[in-house]
Amino acid sequence: MLKIKNLHASIDDKKILKGINLEVNAGEVHAIMGPNGSGKSTLASVIAGKEEFEIKKGSISMEGEDLEELAPEERAHKGIFLSFQYPVEIPGVSVTNFIKTAINESRKARGMEDMPANEMLKLIREKSQMLDIDRKFLSRSLNEGFSGGEKKRNEIFQMAVMEPKLAILDETDSGLDIDALRIVADGVNKLRSKDKAIIVITHYQRLLEYIVPDYVHVLHDGKIVKSGTKELALELEEKGYDWLKQEAAV
Amino acid sequence: MAYTEEELKKELETKEYEYGFYTDIESDTLPKGLNEDIVIAISKKKEEPDWMTQWRLEAFRAWQEMKEPEWANVKYKKPDFQDISYYSAPNKKPKYNSLDEVDPELLDTFKKLGISVDEQKKLAGVAVDIVMDSVSVATTFKKTLAEKGIIFCSISEAIQEHPELVKKYIGTVVPKKDNFYAALNSAVFSDGSFCYIPKGVRCPMELSTYFRINQAGTGQFERTLVIAEEGSYVSYLEGCTAPMRDENQLHAAVVELIALDNAEIKYSTVQNWFPGNKEGKGGVYNFVTKRGLCEKNAKISWTQVETGSAVTWKYPSCILKGDHSIGEFYSIAVTNNYQQADTGTKMIHLGKNTRSTIISKGISAGHSQNSYRGLVQVNSRAENARNFSQCDSLLMGNECGAHTFPYIEVKNKTAQIEHEATTSKIGEDQIFYCNQRGIDTEKAIALIVNGFSKEVLNKLPMEFAVEAQKLLEISLEGSVG
Ligand SMILES: Nc1ncnc2c1ncn2[C@@H]1O[C@H](COP(=O)(O)OP(=O)(O)O)[C@@H](O)[C@H]1O
Ligand SMILES: [Mg+2]
Repeated sequence: MLKIKNLHASIDDKKILKGINLEVNAGEVHAIMGPNGSGKSTLASVIAGKEEFEIKKGSISMEGEDLEELAPEERAHKGIFLSFQYPVEIPGVSVTNFIKTAINESRKARGMEDMPANEMLKLIREKSQMLDIDRKFLSRSLNEGFSGGEKKRNEIFQMAVMEPKLAILDETDSGLDIDALRIVADGVNKLRSKDKAIIVITHYQRLLEYIVPDYVHVLHDGKIVKSGTKELALELEEKGYDWLKQEAAV
Repeated sequence: MAYTEEELKKELETKEYEYGFYTDIESDTLPKGLNEDIVIAISKKKEEPDWMTQWRLEAFRAWQEMKEPEWANVKYKKPDFQDISYYSAPNKKPKYNSLDEVDPELLDTFKKLGISVDEQKKLAGVAVDIVMDSVSVATTFKKTLAEKGIIFCSISEAIQEHPELVKKYIGTVVPKKDNFYAALNSAVFSDGSFCYIPKGVRCPMELSTYFRINQAGTGQFERTLVIAEEGSYVSYLEGCTAPMRDENQLHAAVVELIALDNAEIKYSTVQNWFPGNKEGKGGVYNFVTKRGLCEKNAKISWTQVETGSAVTWKYPSCILKGDHSIGEFYSIAVTNNYQQADTGTKMIHLGKNTRSTIISKGISAGHSQNSYRGLVQVNSRAENARNFSQCDSLLMGNECGAHTFPYIEVKNKTAQIEHEATTSKIGEDQIFYCNQRGIDTEKAIALIVNGFSKEVLNKLPMEFAVEAQKLLEISLEGSVG
């Protein structure tokens, strides 16, 4: 589904990604771990098409189509979803209104009519129940005054409504208490299917107890320094990142 | 291919002003220039009684002694008042009973504006008094209104048919010598609307007037007078759009509202006059004096969405004369390209326990300048006056300006005045967040701007709110960067 080849990306001539290779197939869940500042969020942003980052070398493609030429919204229309590490506030725009706009804009891009109101209502009701989100929350301004946990839950709520082909979750676990973590993980697991893929970015293995990955990659200084199966996450938890840094330096 | 901001800008630059067309209708236009003879000629054309003619002449004489105000935060080339024609009427025919009688070209104009009278007639509950250039050409729903004793007609008609009402109230809230533009308007106003709601009557529909400037080189001087008798209620809508024009068009309207004891007037405006092209050439100069008087327990709400005009100078105000009276001002002012707006309100607290609320949202883009200027004045006898003001500015890009000039004058210690102000910028991160959810940049900006303006949009009557929302989007197209 997603193919990243020798990807180098910079911002203001500062090199951040330094040769990433990653292949994610439909049905798979990949975890990307790594210390702060290693480039995890940058990788997510580059996949989603943030224009500040300049691709210097390499390629990203989704289902065989080169993504570099596509605007961020076009990538979203193709089914890429990013759950942001730091979701932004949009004052005066309710969660419901935002989701409605997002759904209808994506439908429009696919040549479809607006979603009928009753269908929209049903969808929103179903997904909000799944994520234990109460109705009042839906009328609040998007992310304005939300706690860290509420922001993350709202991201996953949007993901559940949009049903993306490829979901990238950037540090979705931070700010969540254990109950919320379980609810959010359940929501993510419901999205798992043989034609969808998920990339989970985290620097703790805690989330991975609930969303069990097929593969784990460790990012360090803009490069994937180690890949393995879920056991690698445990190993990291035990030993910390330092041994990998040393290994990478060799 | 990614749609860059540069490309977006380019494409939108070529977008013609939506309603920028010109209707070729035979007009009855006075020669350019202004002197006593012209004032008398206007009055004659309107078949006005002598007291009205004299009133105009007094205003004209006062105006001649006055200077154009310069305190507003706007820069423009002063109009040459002798180069303007002060009267123009479409066709000679004075009145139409049905649409069939109306010039087909005129009807066509309405269609282009998306406000065909046909449609409007069907729109339940909206009576439309369309002002084409200076003379009203269509009035609907008059009968329903008449049954309740409501008068809704052009000011000229009112001067002839209800002279006692006009004589009693005109110039009582905005005196004819109030300011330079009000004096000019008093001398030369050629039309506008008149509305009278009898005691205890709740007007069953929104009263709506569409204004339109049409004749090349014709300034438009609207005069509106709304009188709500004791315990009555009316919601009045005013909307406008103008054709594309190279030269500047001067517009100086006066609106007077009178809310007697326990009455309520809601006055909503959507203003979309030609703002000039992207280099700042052309566009309407909009110098408006709007003021309302509240007697005991009365309430006046001004709601305005200002997206048009090259230069705007406008401060809808409330004189809270009666005890327990309430004044409200809800405003969205959008400026783009080289537009300049200096707008706000005055809340004059005279009575006891008077309350006022000011919510102002300024949105600036391009090279525009957007100023809020507001006065809250509490007089010595105004015990327990309360005011809440909130002025928010949203900036798009680095070349525009937002300014806030709040003036607070309090002469009574029991007053409670609260003022809040914020300035924010549409961030790349907000736009990227929307993009990531499949919302393109243009739509994202519309969404963010609508969110920012929501408190004010919510105050508009439903059908107007939708129109206003569309206007916000149109006005800000191509302003990212
Ligand atoms: N907008 C930016 N401008 C400059 N440097 C940035 C920007 N975003 C990220 N970086 C830098 O890139 C590196 C990787 O950051 P990031 O991708 O956020 O890491 P992670 O998500 O793994 O913590 C860091 O050194 C960070 O300071
Ligand atoms: Mg990060």
